[in-house]
Amino acid sequence: MFDYETLKLIWWLLVGVLLIGFAIMDGHDMGVGILLNFLGKDDTERRVMINTIAPHWDGNQVWFITAGGAVFAAWPFVYATAFSGLYWALLLVLFALFFRPVGFEYRSKLPSPTWRQSWDWGLFAGSAIPALVFGVAFGNLFLGVPFRLDETMRSFYSGSFWALLNPFALLVGITSLMLLTLQGATFLAHRTEGDLQARAKKTASLVAIILLVAFSLAGFWVSRIDGYVIDSIADVGASINPLMKEVSRAPGAWFANYDKTPILWLIPALAYLGGLLVIACVRAGWTLLAFVGSSLACVSVILTAGVALFPFVLPSSEMPKASLTAWDATSSHFTLNVMFWVALIFTPLVVAYTGWAYRVMSGKVTRDFIVKNDKTVY
Amino acid sequence: MIDSTVVELSRLQFAATAMYHFIFVPLTLGLSWILVIMESVYVMTGKPIYKEMTQFWGKLFGINFALGVTTGITMEFQFGTNWAYYSHYVGDIFGAPLAIEGLMAFFLESTMFGLFFFGWDRLSKRGHLAVTTLLALGSNLSAILILIANAWMQDPVGSTFNPVTMRMELTDFAALILNPVAQSKFVHTVAAGYVTGALFVLGISAWYLLKNKHVEFARRSFRIAAAFGIAGTLSVIVLGDESGYAVSESQKSKLAALEAMWETEPAPAGFNIVAWPNEEKQANDWAIKVPYMLGLIATRSTTEVLPGIREIRAKNKERIVSGIEALKALDVMRKDPNDTAAKDTFEKHRADMGYGLLVKAYAPDVSQATPEMIEQAARDSVPKVAPLFWSFRIMVGLGFMMLGLFIVAIWLSIYNTHKKHPLFLKLFVWSIPAPWIAIMCGWFIAEYGRQPWTVFGMLPTHLSASSLSAGDLLGSIAGFVGFYTLLLIVEMYLMFKYARLGPAALQPNHA
Repeated sequence: MFDYETLKLIWWLLVGVLLIGFAIMDGHDMGVGILLNFLGKDDTERRVMINTIAPHWDGNQVWFITAGGAVFAAWPFVYATAFSGLYWALLLVLFALFFRPVGFEYRSKLPSPTWRQSWDWGLFAGSAIPALVFGVAFGNLFLGVPFRLDETMRSFYSGSFWALLNPFALLVGITSLMLLTLQGATFLAHRTEGDLQARAKKTASLVAIILLVAFSLAGFWVSRIDGYVIDSIADVGASINPLMKEVSRAPGAWFANYDKTPILWLIPALAYLGGLLVIACVRAGWTLLAFVGSSLACVSVILTAGVALFPFVLPSSEMPKASLTAWDATSSHFTLNVMFWVALIFTPLVVAYTGWAYRVMSGKVTRDFIVKNDKTVY
Repeated sequence: MIDSTVVELSRLQFAATAMYHFIFVPLTLGLSWILVIMESVYVMTGKPIYKEMTQFWGKLFGINFALGVTTGITMEFQFGTNWAYYSHYVGDIFGAPLAIEGLMAFFLESTMFGLFFFGWDRLSKRGHLAVTTLLALGSNLSAILILIANAWMQDPVGSTFNPVTMRMELTDFAALILNPVAQSKFVHTVAAGYVTGALFVLGISAWYLLKNKHVEFARRSFRIAAAFGIAGTLSVIVLGDESGYAVSESQKSKLAALEAMWETEPAPAGFNIVAWPNEEKQANDWAIKVPYMLGLIATRSTTEVLPGIREIRAKNKERIVSGIEALKALDVMRKDPNDTAAKDTFEKHRADMGYGLLVKAYAPDVSQATPEMIEQAARDSVPKVAPLFWSFRIMVGLGFMMLGLFIVAIWLSIYNTHKKHPLFLKLFVWSIPAPWIAIMCGWFIAEYGRQPWTVFGMLPTHLSASSLSAGDLLGSIAGFVGFYTLLLIVEMYLMFKYARLGPAALQPNHA
């Protein structure tokens, strides 16, 4: 069994892996949903788009579900405090997500154009709202979230839903919206043909530029706000609770990890590389590589934010010492260990059969295919 | 302190969203295996009608599955949004099976779900059958992990309280996974799902037979459903919850309540077939009783005594008093972790700490608890009798009714006399909702019967909720119920439409 401190670090990484898995996999589904009404000029084209992800959306959505479960198991403090505090933000995401399974499954079961168009907008909402809200939530982590803990570790949230929608958080929201849209655009460029593909390529380049601009602006903004610093903390290798530390705020503290370990600057640099790769590859027609570039941007944008915050997970603006960190918001040593082995065995298995499913369903989805299989495809 | 209105509303929201979710889950559990059976016959015999059956029932499966997924998303997050203190207090244990469910079962089920529908032309016959089997396996694995989590709430094994982190922590993973309560619950619950799937197929097939439509298709579906259904019903009844009865404390208070057994009786206790429980008098106004039966069913012995409600309450009162000592010692330890006297007191009373927490409903500071408050908390420690008593009887009654239905269905299938018994066919159609009613009663018994606890003996429900306002809750309940109801209407519309169309729905030129 690894020592407790190492496991705490490993679980910070594993939660990151799940978030990245979500952004790459569920991200391209959501991207397709976001673009559905804008790139699909008629019903058949929209069906082509939906059917590129039809066999996969359900499996991909499980990245989101599993990330929720893993946070529950590995960071119960975070699961409890964040989701009850950000109550309406999370409910908004859930309500939006409700549109997806039913949207995919039901939209083409009736021929009525009104019925289909309604579901198409449902799919848009179910894809765009979560993409935006996740970014907004991430943005608020940098600003600190107003909550406190009492001595029995019960959390009380004192902010409002509307306070989450501040300009900085919205900028981060746009960044994440663009990130997932880019996933969708590059995926569509790879799996469709003709006019639709040309539109997807054009969109991908445009979105990549907006993404890089928003990402740069957000980074600049972060350098102007106060970050959080742990001044003292009990033994991180032992069982501790979040109140056993002292935390203060300091200007530029979110760059402390990068200043301490300059090689980490490579991570944000890779985000630019990913974005530029997309632009270059769609021009050259290497659509699969464009998707890889976009996925690289997902990995590095999420890691850039994570590394800046580390070890903070949920900083508290109201009671800084109650901030939840990777050191004191985790499960017990034993649970982290059990769950580490579970993750080690099953994550590669999931990746393997997901890969197999994509191989079985590989190839372009065409208008012909939709017309021929009118009653059996989405 | 959490406002009691918020706690009640949180319970209402959880009950509503969980019950909506469980409209769809049992059908998924049952239909998935029926699809496996049909497709296996197709692969073995090569008869295209079995492929058609798999695809048609698969279509209905998909319509149902979509809402199962939709309503399931809520369940993964609702512990955090609405039961934050619960999530903090037991997440170390409870979170594990949930996360494992995602990684091990739900991923599998969901990935195969897509291939089931879109892989027909891309996979070999056997390859596709493997996908369908993995889909069924994934959904059933998912059920076992969720039931492991639920069983831990009923009987919290393999864990201990950590005073530093102020929560329960896992000490024995094997005990959590192999919890006997989980095993009996699993068999009982998935078998109930099999019955649901079977009666669904049976009822719709009976309707085709009545209308003289798709006769060959319907007869074959009917036969498979009848055989699968009788196996499922027998499992529910024989291997079901019964084996879990007397093994744990939680089941004892639940058992006493759902049997309306107020007084401890000499073993073996009698069984109230029907009674009129009176909460006020703590007695039954009248009862029709079969001697010995309850003792035999619940303890499988003639000598073991089952405690009545009054005795359970009296014992719990002692535990509450003892638990208050543990909480007071814990308070001292929090201020001075090195106080050994407090540590000793805590160790002596820690097993009863959860019972001490029951008083917090009346005295936020337990050291201020009066004897009346303790008395009231002891009274709360056994749930209300009448709702449990009646829902149990509805569930069991429906179970035996369905057993009768499937016996008749087998009979009709063997002698191929469907057409001579239109009345029975109608009965099958009208019985389609029966398993759902029984299942809702079953979950009500499991969850309401565990009150006043979320985690039996450890964490009371009134402490488990999030620090939200009643306004938040009213808003979210309205949102969930409104949204779900709308989706349910859409789902029912499609379900009826496609069920009416029958296998013709697979042809390219239907309306």
